[in-house]
Amino acid sequence: MSTILIIEQVLNGLQFGVMLFLMAAGLTLIFGVMGLINLAHGSLYMIGAFAAAAVAGLTGSFLLALIAAMAAAAMAGVLIETVVIRRLYATDHLDQVLATFALILIFSEGTRWVFGSFPLFLDIPDALSGPVSLPGGIEYPFYRLVLIGVGLVVAIGLGLLINRTRIGIQIRAGENDREMIAALGVDISRLYTLVFALGAALAGLAGALVGAIQSVQVGMGEPVLILAFVVIVIGGIGSIKGAFIGALLVGLTDTLGGIFLPELFKLFTDAATATSAGSALASMAIYILMGAILIWRPTGLFGARA
Amino acid sequence: MIPERMVNGAVLAGLLVVPLWAMVANEPFTITLATRAVIFALAAVGLNIALGLGGLVSLGHAVFFGLGGYAMGILAHHAQTYTPLMEWPFLIEGTKSMPVIWLVAMVTSALAALVIGLLSLRTTGVYFIMITLAFGQMFYYFAISWAKYGGEDGLSIYVRNGFPGLNTLVPIQFYGLCFGILCLVLVLNAALARSPFGLALNASRQMPTRVETVGLDPMRLKLVAFVISGTITGLAGALFADLNRFVSPTMFSWQMSGEIMIFVILGGVARLFGPVVGAVVFVALEHFLGGLSDYWHIYLGLLLLLIVLFARGGIVGLLSGRERTHD
Repeated sequence: MSTILIIEQVLNGLQFGVMLFLMAAGLTLIFGVMGLINLAHGSLYMIGAFAAAAVAGLTGSFLLALIAAMAAAAMAGVLIETVVIRRLYATDHLDQVLATFALILIFSEGTRWVFGSFPLFLDIPDALSGPVSLPGGIEYPFYRLVLIGVGLVVAIGLGLLINRTRIGIQIRAGENDREMIAALGVDISRLYTLVFALGAALAGLAGALVGAIQSVQVGMGEPVLILAFVVIVIGGIGSIKGAFIGALLVGLTDTLGGIFLPELFKLFTDAATATSAGSALASMAIYILMGAILIWRPTGLFGARA
Repeated sequence: MIPERMVNGAVLAGLLVVPLWAMVANEPFTITLATRAVIFALAAVGLNIALGLGGLVSLGHAVFFGLGGYAMGILAHHAQTYTPLMEWPFLIEGTKSMPVIWLVAMVTSALAALVIGLLSLRTTGVYFIMITLAFGQMFYYFAISWAKYGGEDGLSIYVRNGFPGLNTLVPIQFYGLCFGILCLVLVLNAALARSPFGLALNASRQMPTRVETVGLDPMRLKLVAFVISGTITGLAGALFADLNRFVSPTMFSWQMSGEIMIFVILGGVARLFGPVVGAVVFVALEHFLGGLSDYWHIYLGLLLLLIVLFARGGIVGLLSGRERTHD
């Protein structure tokens, strides 16, 4: 186990974490502002990836593909917000879970209908492909570094948007007291649509960016969705800062656990048992982390105290 | 509006008549479908005790469904390979006897529900939904990486387990067994809802503070409800595994938890027969829409959306109107 390997894995964990943050940020905003559990957020991620793969296939431009991903996901977001989601704000979580579960079914099967069951591939553009040398003699894929960079830029941008702009003030006010800001003349339903579109566009962006290193297929959104939920629950629902820290924690725990737990177990048992027990524990590690955090702080790290 | 009692009677009659007709008409597949519906109904009746009576939105009931399934899978696997389950500190052999398997499934699920409930009930609302989901995922990944019992591929059991006095290989006999259990559990459920415990549980869902002031512990009531709920869903899991003669980590998946929850909401939350109606309608839709189109999930999704948006209270609510409650 060399230092280089450890640094590489930490970078992988960061990359995974910032991509989770793109998903979790939208989810936590939508929950914080509208009080809505949106299981269909993973479908928006999938829509982004498919739109990117389709546009990249037609035009060959990765930048256009990213723009298409965000636009398609935002449009799908606005569509479901105005047609379905809007009617769910006043209902309890149970109805929201069921309705957005129904949306997953519709989106997944609809996508399968249009694009077929075979995975699509989205290539990393030439300018971003290949390894890059980091100080210390580490060769690391350039594209993954770009992902980390994009994630950090989005995180900073989102932080500025929420804390420094007029829209941000309205969003934060909406989290605290929606009647009051409606009374102050803010068009609350337009604000909700806007927040939903913003969250959807981030999910679409994440789908397209990750789609280039994995395959683009139906059902790709749900595993990420579950992880994003873990992230926002760890961070405290409604908190962008919590989502960021939660995302990095989950990304690092998942990546480093997969590498180090089997190694750790080898100190106690034989190699075969250590590998299987270690990887079993590694795949459970983030859920154990989440369970432990919730038991310690029932509303997450940065959640409002109940 | 049709009185709820009549809806319930019609459902029971349908569950009796259709499989008997299928036996006479020699259509074993219909009986298998009915068995599937009855077992799903049992799992959902279990969830409904936590969800409907206790107001505990658990998105992790696949844990108990899967534990029941694996209890059956592991015991029958050792019996069919003639290997002991464990030799130390004392010898435990596998078994092909349903009553023993059910007992193990229920005890395991009850213990798991006790531990999960103790930890999860510290949280409320969406955090409760998510922590139960997290426990589901833990079990799911554990089952995937547990190579000794098939890992991702699961376990196949060649011959269905036996029940004294019955030939469970005959579809209608196995159906009768499952249907009998469902009826028994429904009777228990009705009695539970009317018992002092059920009333106190109902009250602690609606107003925990007031329950506390009269000297009851809402937390304990909810925990007991959660354990009963998990035990029933665990039993359903053992039956489901026996129906398919196969267990796999899919039984632990969050989609499974979602489906069990859909049965309850589709039929009607907190209604005695809600989960039964939901499971039957779901299995029927799955069969008929699945035959019409490869993309039947779209229609299922649309239907679910319409129910959530326009028929609060599920199908039973649609048929018999709003229940008189004191919410």
